[in-house]
Amino acid sequence: MLQGINLACVRGDRELFRDVNFSLEAGGLMQVRGPNGSGKTSLLRMLCGLSNPAAGEIRWDNASIRDLDGEYYAAMTYIGHLSGTKDDLTVLENLCISSALAGFEIGIDQAKEALSRIGLRGREALPVKVLSQGQRRRVALARLLVCKTPLWILDEPLVALDVSAVKLIQELLERHLQEGGMVVMTTHQEIDITAASTTQLHLA
Amino acid sequence: MFMWIIKRDLLLAVRRQSDVLTTLFFFIIVVSLFPLSVGPEMNMLRTMAPGVVWVAALLASMLSLGRMFSNDYLDGTLEQMLLSPQSLSLLVLGKAFAHWLVTGVPLVLMAPVLGIQYDLPVEALLVLTSALLLGTPVLSLIGAIGAALTLGLRGGGVLVSLLVLPLYIPVLIFGSGAVEANMSGVEFSAHLSLIGAFLLVTAVFAPWAAAWSLRVSLE
Repeated sequence: MLQGINLACVRGDRELFRDVNFSLEAGGLMQVRGPNGSGKTSLLRMLCGLSNPAAGEIRWDNASIRDLDGEYYAAMTYIGHLSGTKDDLTVLENLCISSALAGFEIGIDQAKEALSRIGLRGREALPVKVLSQGQRRRVALARLLVCKTPLWILDEPLVALDVSAVKLIQELLERHLQEGGMVVMTTHQEIDITAASTTQLHLA
Repeated sequence: MFMWIIKRDLLLAVRRQSDVLTTLFFFIIVVSLFPLSVGPEMNMLRTMAPGVVWVAALLASMLSLGRMFSNDYLDGTLEQMLLSPQSLSLLVLGKAFAHWLVTGVPLVLMAPVLGIQYDLPVEALLVLTSALLLGTPVLSLIGAIGAALTLGLRGGGVLVSLLVLPLYIPVLIFGSGAVEANMSGVEFSAHLSLIGAFLLVTAVFAPWAAAWSLRVSLE
């Protein structure tokens, strides 16, 4: 269970939000909404432990994520604005290395299968620098297929994706939620995801 | 895990050989400029050789420090490393080791060849090479702290030299001291032991300090 208690975020001398409370159970989806500059990305970076909240606490299974450290990182996958792929490495190398860094060492076959599911069949040996934006996004999202973590934190996962890829991601998220996973995401696109419980968090 | 990060950085170095070659050629050219400018004064060249080679090695190692974390920072892979369940210090140690393999080892291999230009005796060449072999990993480890601290700053390249070069001084003194001691017929093993001690201390503390700086830089 992921909990946020009285979270506040300050950027420079501007307060982006304060007293944000939420609690996310297994199988729950939380959509963070708000206009540009309202602190959505800042909130997600806090949730994954990259930055500290100005006030408040984030708890995972009733323990502060500060104390859990590696244990929390092993339970969480974050995909942010930056793709986290290396331009000079091939698609296959990128997936193998990034999942190994996340603690999931996978074989070539497993990686190839994940890549063909995400729609990159035949592109495995291409360096990422020759791919389009949408394809790069797919390489980053392929990690969700191989890293079996309960909590996914996704910052605008649908940017640059075409219609079929959006549908694919939607199915992927729904299956993850059915299996008792948790998803925290931001998106400006309208997407209908069925989940056991859906929370909308509005940042002013 | 440790092996994955080394493998990754070596793979990247193979794909972008220009980065490796510029560092090596910088070292070769700087070391070669001195005999050309000073002229064939054998005695003077012999005395200045260890200092020149070491200073060139420091500068060459500095040259590539900026790239140690900045590329990973820009494409978001550094973020993912910070979120890895593995210890970040271990990852930084892996990155520093890969940095040494890519920039330090070529310098060590090239040093004896360049030493010939300075008319160094064979034994002094061996001492120079072994001092560099022990000392260059220290440069990569200390450099990792500087690179992590200046990550994402404008003009970080100059700042990193100001931060890191003073910390290189002990290695420089004992590194060139070992060769001078050998040439004047004094026992040089104490110098090498001291560089070895620096290596052990930095191998323990530098990854931890750099990991901490990375977390601060990315916040």
